[in-house]
Amino acid sequence: MMLLNYSQPLELTKLIKWFDNLLRASLPEFWTLLIEFVVVALALLAVYVVVALLLIYAERKITAFFQARIGPNRAGKWGLLQSPADMIKILLKEIIKISRSDRFLFFAAPFFMIVASFATFAAIPFGQSLHAIDFNIGVLYVIAISSLGIIGVFLAGWSSNNKYSMIGAMRSGAQFVSYELSAGFALMTIVVLSGTMQFSEMIEGQRYCWNIFNGHISSLIAFVIYLISGHAETNRGPFDLPEAESELTAGYHTEYSGIMFGYYYLAEYLNMFVIASIATTVFLGGYLPFEIQGWDGFNQIMNYIPSYVWFFGKTFVLIFLSLWVRWSFPRLRIDQLLNLEWKYLLPINLLNIVLMVLLVLTGLTLKDLFGIL
Amino acid sequence: MEDIKKLIINTVEDAVIEEKQKLTVTVDWKKLPLLAKTLRNNKDLPFDFLVNLIGVDRGEELGVNYLICSSKDLSKEIALKTSATNRENPLLYTVTDIYESAHYSEREVYALLGIRFINNPDMRKFFLNSDWKGFPLRKDYDANPDINPVSIESKEIQDIAPRIMETEEGQLLEETVKVFEDDDYVINIGPQHPSTHGVMHFRVSLDGENIKKIDVHSGYIHRGIEKLSESLTYPQILHFTDRLDYLSANMNRHALCMCIEQAAEIEVPLRAQYIRTIMDELNRIDSHCLAWATHTNDLGATTAFIYGMREREVILQIFEKTCGGRLIINQNVVGGVMFDIYKDFQKDVKAFIPYMREKLAEYDRFFSHNVIALGRMVNIGHLSKENAIAYGVTGPAGRASGWSCDIRKHIPYALYDQVNFKEVIRTEGDSYARYLNRLDEIEQSLCIIEQLIDNIPEGEICAKTKPIIRLPEGEYHARVEAARGEFGVFIESRGDKFPYRLKFRSPSMQLVSAMPLICKGEKIADFIGIGGSMDYVIPDIDR
Repeated sequence: MMLLNYSQPLELTKLIKWFDNLLRASLPEFWTLLIEFVVVALALLAVYVVVALLLIYAERKITAFFQARIGPNRAGKWGLLQSPADMIKILLKEIIKISRSDRFLFFAAPFFMIVASFATFAAIPFGQSLHAIDFNIGVLYVIAISSLGIIGVFLAGWSSNNKYSMIGAMRSGAQFVSYELSAGFALMTIVVLSGTMQFSEMIEGQRYCWNIFNGHISSLIAFVIYLISGHAETNRGPFDLPEAESELTAGYHTEYSGIMFGYYYLAEYLNMFVIASIATTVFLGGYLPFEIQGWDGFNQIMNYIPSYVWFFGKTFVLIFLSLWVRWSFPRLRIDQLLNLEWKYLLPINLLNIVLMVLLVLTGLTLKDLFGIL
Repeated sequence: MEDIKKLIINTVEDAVIEEKQKLTVTVDWKKLPLLAKTLRNNKDLPFDFLVNLIGVDRGEELGVNYLICSSKDLSKEIALKTSATNRENPLLYTVTDIYESAHYSEREVYALLGIRFINNPDMRKFFLNSDWKGFPLRKDYDANPDINPVSIESKEIQDIAPRIMETEEGQLLEETVKVFEDDDYVINIGPQHPSTHGVMHFRVSLDGENIKKIDVHSGYIHRGIEKLSESLTYPQILHFTDRLDYLSANMNRHALCMCIEQAAEIEVPLRAQYIRTIMDELNRIDSHCLAWATHTNDLGATTAFIYGMREREVILQIFEKTCGGRLIINQNVVGGVMFDIYKDFQKDVKAFIPYMREKLAEYDRFFSHNVIALGRMVNIGHLSKENAIAYGVTGPAGRASGWSCDIRKHIPYALYDQVNFKEVIRTEGDSYARYLNRLDEIEQSLCIIEQLIDNIPEGEICAKTKPIIRLPEGEYHARVEAARGEFGVFIESRGDKFPYRLKFRSPSMQLVSAMPLICKGEKIADFIGIGGSMDYVIPDIDR
């Protein structure tokens, strides 16, 4: 493969290979796999928490920057310890039990949320060899699993026995179902372009020409729609109606406290990350560096930067975009939100798929036009 | 006004007309609705704006004073007076059908004085619990805490409204009506809610996300300021005004000082007038900045909120340097101002003017044309001019409905007749017009300050007053333009050093009274947004 032509000293591929060989040399197959599963799961959990904490810190600092404030600056240098301190605080807080609520559903709801976001997290390719599960229907899996979270929102709203929560949950239901469609169709557009649903293949196909360039007009439309609907799916401003704090105090999670609330909080940030990373993977070439066919020197330099840095870098740019939007716009109203989806995004999306099919069939993609590999 | 006098005599023969500070007309309670209606429907000069409705315990009898004026010319005022016959079961006719804004005021009078109004559609007590014993503003009220002990029990809210209706045969019928239907989905907005800007309680019945009906439940921050004032001397009362609408504290206090000065015939030095006017306008900018900020926050734009607070901080610092206070600045006293301006005051204010203009342009770029913001404000919460007048909605909200109601223009006080400024009027009557009006009024306030800041004359800052101020017997009104609309003071003096009755007209009460009207059929999300555009302050309502 071409990939081996470039020297990539900082990749983790060798380390992982070495670890695998070490285990296989001394243990039978079953134990090797078991240990590897556990290690991968723990590593993912650790990354999950660290990413969440970093995101929370980043959001606070960036928001502070937007809002002419300083942001956290007391706990640790530049307030770096603020997020861990908050995490500890939230773990220690009392979990309040609401009377006259459906106790079982009430406590089950946050787990749907957190499990859904965590399960999606597992399917994301973070870098070369840093990909826990590589389904051949990766895109479908991500769409399916991430929509499980809505059940958590619904159950929370229903079981809290609180009118604000109920309205929040109803809004959320309408919003999720609608925007799931757009997000799904936008991803399908790219599936048409790349001809595969497997993330690893999709990424390899983008080596010299990212999907967003490859499908030019159509890809760009799909990208914008995916960002909008992904943003809406994460319930963040200007689409934060389910928890619109100025209207519904906190919407569906009004009655939650302590770590139960923490789960929702964590899941919200992680969903933001998941959406950004899927956009990165599908549209922006995932963990691949920016390379141009034929410019070997340039490509070599780009390859010195390890793949996970590329991945997190691109994801961070998208997250920054999302924060920027969130902190600049006022909130939409529920009917405007649904109008936007059903009257604008969805029809555009459907036409866009047709357009993409035409582009692929008639050979008008950039790869076809310029003969890029 | 001679025509009006003739009209009054023609309508009600035995009306007593007196020329006091205002043209005062005393009529029998049975003839009052007729007179009010005639004045209201007068062609050339309709007296269609009920400024203030004041219940008074006149000793022998309980009565009500109405200050009405024409919406075309706010300086044409008439004070109507009437009394109920007996103290045991005092009854008066309502004027709610003539002036919508009377509704809550009459409920307030019922709670505080026990006068019931025939034909008022909903006679629950305002401010007080339905089981409160006694009527606090009556002179024979027993304030013994054992009678109304402080209870920490949760109280059910009364959902059945009593009322007295007059049948066509002239019989009085006591009946009750339900506020909400049994199967209404009622949610509470407040008393503790992030967007009610204070402890206000709206109960909203919903049909999906649409608002069917709003019931206002007020009184969580009722402090009995008017009752308290009756046992305090005039200079002692002054600071209460700051605690009404705390965001236009200085303007409120200006109104009370003005009322006392006019009654006691105290000449305010010119330097003090300059300082008062400049401070009022700075206060107005401060208040509008905050109103803009909270409005954007209600629409979900948190960053804009912080921007508004940032600009406001500059003014607060000027206030702090002048007199130590930031929000409540204790600047006005009877006869002038308490503190002279500091050395660099002019420099600071002059630096602020271009800074604020720059920021106004930034607000405009950042928020005023944002497509989502437009969607949340344009054609939302429409208030027509007729309704604005009927509900007594003044200030930027009233002017957004096309009603010229700026007291600074109609009845100039302080130095407002010597400066050039535009009264900002828009005719759309929606949230967006109210929003733009506030921003434009900031610009006008800057203009006023610009004209005054260089010309502050030397001299005294406070007139010499007697150590104990006694007002001559009589009834005195004062009206100023506060940040949220017309703020009024009514003092009835019996020649004592205490007021016999003191009443504040708070603009916020009228703003809230219009909320059920303009929110009907809108989405619950817009209820919050409309509330932000009306910009009411709760302690101002509850007093």
